[in-house]
Amino acid sequence: MHPGGDRTDGSRPAEDRDQGFPVPSALLEENAEDLYENAPCGYLSTLMDGRIAKVNGTLLKWLGHRREELVGHKYFSDLLTIGGRLYHETHFAPLLRIQGEVNGVALELKATDGTRLPVLVTSTVKRDEDGEPLLIRTTLLDARDRRTYERELLRARQEAERDRERLQRLATTLQRTLIPPAIQPVPGLEAAAHYHFASTDEVGGDFYDLFPLAPGTWGFFMGDVRGKGADAAVVTSLARYTLRAAAVSDPVPVKVLANLNTALNHQVQEDEPFFCTVIFGLLTAEENDVGFHVALAGGGHPPAVLLQADGNAGYLPTPGGQLVGVVPDAQFTTATLDLRPGDTLLLYTDGLTEARTGNRGERYGDEAFLDFARSLAPTTAPGAVRALTALLDSFGEGLDDDTALLAMSVPPGERLGRPTGAKHS
Amino acid sequence: MDVRKRNRVRVSGRAGGPVVMLAHGFGCDQNLWRLVAPALEVRFQVVLFDHVGAGRSDTSAWSPERYSTLDGYAQDVVGICEELGLGPLTFVGHSVSSMIGVLAAVQEPALFEKLVLLTPSPSYIDDGDYRGGFSEQDIDELLESLDSNYLGWSATMAPVIMGNPERPELGEELTNSFCRTDPKIARVFARATFLSDNRADLPKVTVPTLIAESARDTIAPREVGAFVHAQIPGSELVTLDSTGHCPQLSAPEETAEAIIAFVQES
Repeated sequence: MHPGGDRTDGSRPAEDRDQGFPVPSALLEENAEDLYENAPCGYLSTLMDGRIAKVNGTLLKWLGHRREELVGHKYFSDLLTIGGRLYHETHFAPLLRIQGEVNGVALELKATDGTRLPVLVTSTVKRDEDGEPLLIRTTLLDARDRRTYERELLRARQEAERDRERLQRLATTLQRTLIPPAIQPVPGLEAAAHYHFASTDEVGGDFYDLFPLAPGTWGFFMGDVRGKGADAAVVTSLARYTLRAAAVSDPVPVKVLANLNTALNHQVQEDEPFFCTVIFGLLTAEENDVGFHVALAGGGHPPAVLLQADGNAGYLPTPGGQLVGVVPDAQFTTATLDLRPGDTLLLYTDGLTEARTGNRGERYGDEAFLDFARSLAPTTAPGAVRALTALLDSFGEGLDDDTALLAMSVPPGERLGRPTGAKHS
Repeated sequence: MDVRKRNRVRVSGRAGGPVVMLAHGFGCDQNLWRLVAPALEVRFQVVLFDHVGAGRSDTSAWSPERYSTLDGYAQDVVGICEELGLGPLTFVGHSVSSMIGVLAAVQEPALFEKLVLLTPSPSYIDDGDYRGGFSEQDIDELLESLDSNYLGWSATMAPVIMGNPERPELGEELTNSFCRTDPKIARVFARATFLSDNRADLPKVTVPTLIAESARDTIAPREVGAFVHAQIPGSELVTLDSTGHCPQLSAPEETAEAIIAFVQES
């Protein structure tokens, strides 16, 4: 301890003072005891059990206590608000015991006049030569301004959280308008669908539907708009309602897509054309009421898969076909098939085949998917969607895009107009 | 569900010895037992774990529905006991975990040989003749603080602020896990803890029980220890010469001795 008090520049040893660096007379009045008592922060020394052993004048002034009320009688936690006391006992004290110091923790002191003083508390444990803890030294800084700032930060964070919740609700509501809440029942057909959302706060770009057109005929589609979010939702919404309206006026699949193409082609959005990939299909009940005739048209969409009653599975050739909405006279490809008892028709979006499943980020791929489909056949629409949902779950983080599944099957038990063919062994 | 990963279960100590499970309370994690565990490991097989939402538990397993009452935590304790399959064990629960242990032992008494309740309180709020030590208003104040201001912030900031470059051995582990909780999770756990009332469960305890209270504890005062002792049939009460709510840190030797003596008692 140097009775001369503090050094002004903090770098020169005390001896230097005699060599021509005059010390202002006011500083000669400074001494360690006075600095302790009237420091611009509160000082507190407590025994290891928290009992107050020494306290400086600044802290006494803040609290309105007399020294003899505190020293030897009160514990540090007695100075805190109830909330602060519980925090002290459950967090602060255990940390101090284990780490030997706790730095910059925010607590509130209770003054005798009932006011609360926000402080930042730093404590260190002083040990004896053998390393045994002797006492706790605590510094308390007035943190009123900082607390105001923190409250402001907290308020901003809560506001941001509320906005985010609102956004999520909006996205979820919008999403629900883009895919049917439940697939409408079609007599003699089992149908099932699944939608994997890659994000909870953005509207996905995949869409599908299955809906009645006329007695004995139904339309269905599966599509994918590039991108996601509000821009994609505009296209998705337009595509979905155009497809349904177009199918009513002329249900021939290739014409439905041509109508959609015209509708999208007339729209641009910030100089970007509206476009999507789609498979549109028309289901017509067979005359004997067993099975369906299916006519498909594809525009740039991954081909549908037929899982047959006999255990075979294969892609339905709707290869190529141009993206819908890019050029005025887009060409689309068509395919037809008969969906018989035990057969399952599966439509999906490329989130499935483009999921990154390899160690080095390789994509799942068309081949692996076809193998998987073969392993399922013969199956049913609910069975296929269940198995594929489990497959998607197994991709974990690798599944980074929205993915939609729509499956339709004719139950194997339907009155058989003809043999279904046993699975080849 | 991988229970061991979910609760970061650690088994150590003497294989084949009596099994002692140590459960931490609100605020920190299994590190709270670090001064007591070595003495126990010499004699017993020791099971440590983190409650879901605390320490290095798998927070993806956390949900406000499951963990807004102590029952969710009690289910987890039962689940860990069943998963480990080490036979009936002595459950040592600190603070709120003592009531979690009571719930688990009432539900599945066959899984528990004995219970040690360290600084227990079945209800923190004064109610008629019962003195929990806090008024409803006090607890509201704590919850309000947790909900709206600094307590949540400190818990978040603590790991950043408390880095200790001079003592790297404490570094990583402490700064990353000890006493750190997501404020959202801490809030739910605080509500479950401080608004619980398990007084009616105490008489249903059928396994031998030791109550170890702290001589001076503002959270669980001695009146509360006496109440728990009176309510659990045949229980024993020991008052540790310690100050504060965490005698396993402030008086580790004495705490360990009390646990050892009770486990070895026949």
